[in-house]
Amino acid sequence: MSDHNYVPSSKLGKWFNDRLPLLSLSAHLREYPTPKNLNYWWTFGGILTFCLFGQIITGIVLAMHYVAQADLAFESVEHIMRDVNYGWLIRYFHANGSSMFFLAVYIHIFRSLYYGSHKSPREVIWIIGMIIYFLMMMTAFMGYVLPWGQMSFWAATVITNLFSAVPFIGESITNWLWGGYAVDSPTLTRFYALHYLFPFLILGLVILHIWALHIPGNNNPVGIDVKKPSKDTVPFHPYIVIKDLFALLVFLTLFAFFVFYAPNLLGHPDNYIEANPLVTPTHIVPEWYLLPFYAILRSIPDKLLGVVAMFASIFVLIILPWLDTSKIRSAIFRPLYKQFYWILVLDVIVLGYMGALPPEGIYLLIARVATAYYFIHFLVILPVLGSKEKTIPLPLSISEPVLNEASDVVKNNKMNTE
Amino acid sequence: MSEEKKPKRRDFLYTASYAVGAVGIGAAVWPLIDQMNPDSSVKALASTEVDVSLVEPGKSITVLWRGKPVFIKRRTQEEISEARAVNLDDLIDPEKDEDRAKNPEWLVMLGVCTHLGCVPLEDKGDYNGWFCPCHGSHYDTSGRIRKGPAPENMQIPKYEFVSSNIIKIG
Repeated sequence: MSDHNYVPSSKLGKWFNDRLPLLSLSAHLREYPTPKNLNYWWTFGGILTFCLFGQIITGIVLAMHYVAQADLAFESVEHIMRDVNYGWLIRYFHANGSSMFFLAVYIHIFRSLYYGSHKSPREVIWIIGMIIYFLMMMTAFMGYVLPWGQMSFWAATVITNLFSAVPFIGESITNWLWGGYAVDSPTLTRFYALHYLFPFLILGLVILHIWALHIPGNNNPVGIDVKKPSKDTVPFHPYIVIKDLFALLVFLTLFAFFVFYAPNLLGHPDNYIEANPLVTPTHIVPEWYLLPFYAILRSIPDKLLGVVAMFASIFVLIILPWLDTSKIRSAIFRPLYKQFYWILVLDVIVLGYMGALPPEGIYLLIARVATAYYFIHFLVILPVLGSKEKTIPLPLSISEPVLNEASDVVKNNKMNTE
Repeated sequence: MSEEKKPKRRDFLYTASYAVGAVGIGAAVWPLIDQMNPDSSVKALASTEVDVSLVEPGKSITVLWRGKPVFIKRRTQEEISEARAVNLDDLIDPEKDEDRAKNPEWLVMLGVCTHLGCVPLEDKGDYNGWFCPCHGSHYDTSGRIRKGPAPENMQIPKYEFVSSNIIKIG
């Protein structure tokens, strides 16, 4: 935490704060000096916090009505939808909430990539973030299994079978995961227990993520180190709080659209058919937010290597701070990186699109090229750019370019410091 | 600490304590891991008997065994000869049809794709056998993998003919 000497005004406050400095913590959070040039891409941390709490609260409520047993699970979800007061609302919020959560996390991650927020001295924030992302995927996957529809069942089958690719002990691992010889009731029950646990692990990691953020302070669009506190910073409250709340309201508009007008748009109709271990749906796809990884898995014609490539695509993100060797953080001052960044964005979107299409013919070819490019971006382009790229000179401070311009302008023009 | 590197009585006690502690933790953790393995009630359902008297030649039935589908296919003469005519060198996972179907008319195998566990569809694919819709694996009339990402042939479970019409799986 940043060093400041907060003294509560009341006697009781002082007594308490001397014993547990919660009031100091709260003061730190309010005063926390934040770069004044943060744009709206920086509001997704707050949005993600909202998403996490939204999922935890609706999840706990759903758990009061859901039954994690293979013969009853599907029915209990329908019971929530039809009988439980506002059950439809709570479930649709929770189901669409996961999509909104991932939408926000992808924007949050790609913002980091653009402005170099993963670089020194913020590597630990980034790594914790990637662990959170990985836990989110596992949580979302296990949550998707709980309604025990056809997609739930076959998603569970395909994903747990990934571990059967492990040489020699693969079968023992899958039987251990299943608690049987196929996905069945024991699998469902343990997924439910873990689906309940993981969000709290995520919450713990989020606290570490924010703690690690408050050591160096926020990165900013210019990507230079900022003196704190200084003319380049504003206190977190009220400036950033209000901005985050406004962004959250806009985000909630989209959220509400899905919940109230298109609650099943992102789902799959097959999941309203109860799980049947004898019939695989003709076309099985994961939820949209996992599609790029699914495309990587399918683009490799070998079972073990496909699984390895899929996990490697996540691992490569964890070691990114050491692959991206450029000292310049923000893409604003990296003309070449900026272009490769957008190619990567396009590449991931293409991978996602291919993940939704059947793996044959031209689609398979495109998926393979996109998979190769994904790894080339991280393993070849980024390290090479670090030494070869000619970057644009950085300003000395956030205010400098603005103030230089301002000196040319008539003095009584009001300056907007936001 | 003394300048000599010779291990002392205290070092021995430390090492011994760590070793006992590690064994103790291992022993305490094992039940927590092993509880996830298939339990006794799951293992107890290990065999099932199926009456196949109503299956016509060229048709098949699917039964559930240990939570997994088992295909019981009564093969036609063409399907048998097609399966037996295959050159073993053409196979990804070489295995003779004679070893897979003891009684050539009856093919009994787990209806589980060896890629990621989907149930393949019958009479589909490039080899007149099965085709897995999930990731595009093709199997022949003996259930052997011919094309696609699956690494192995579909498994043959342990089974026997209890009588001419009844197969006991498991």
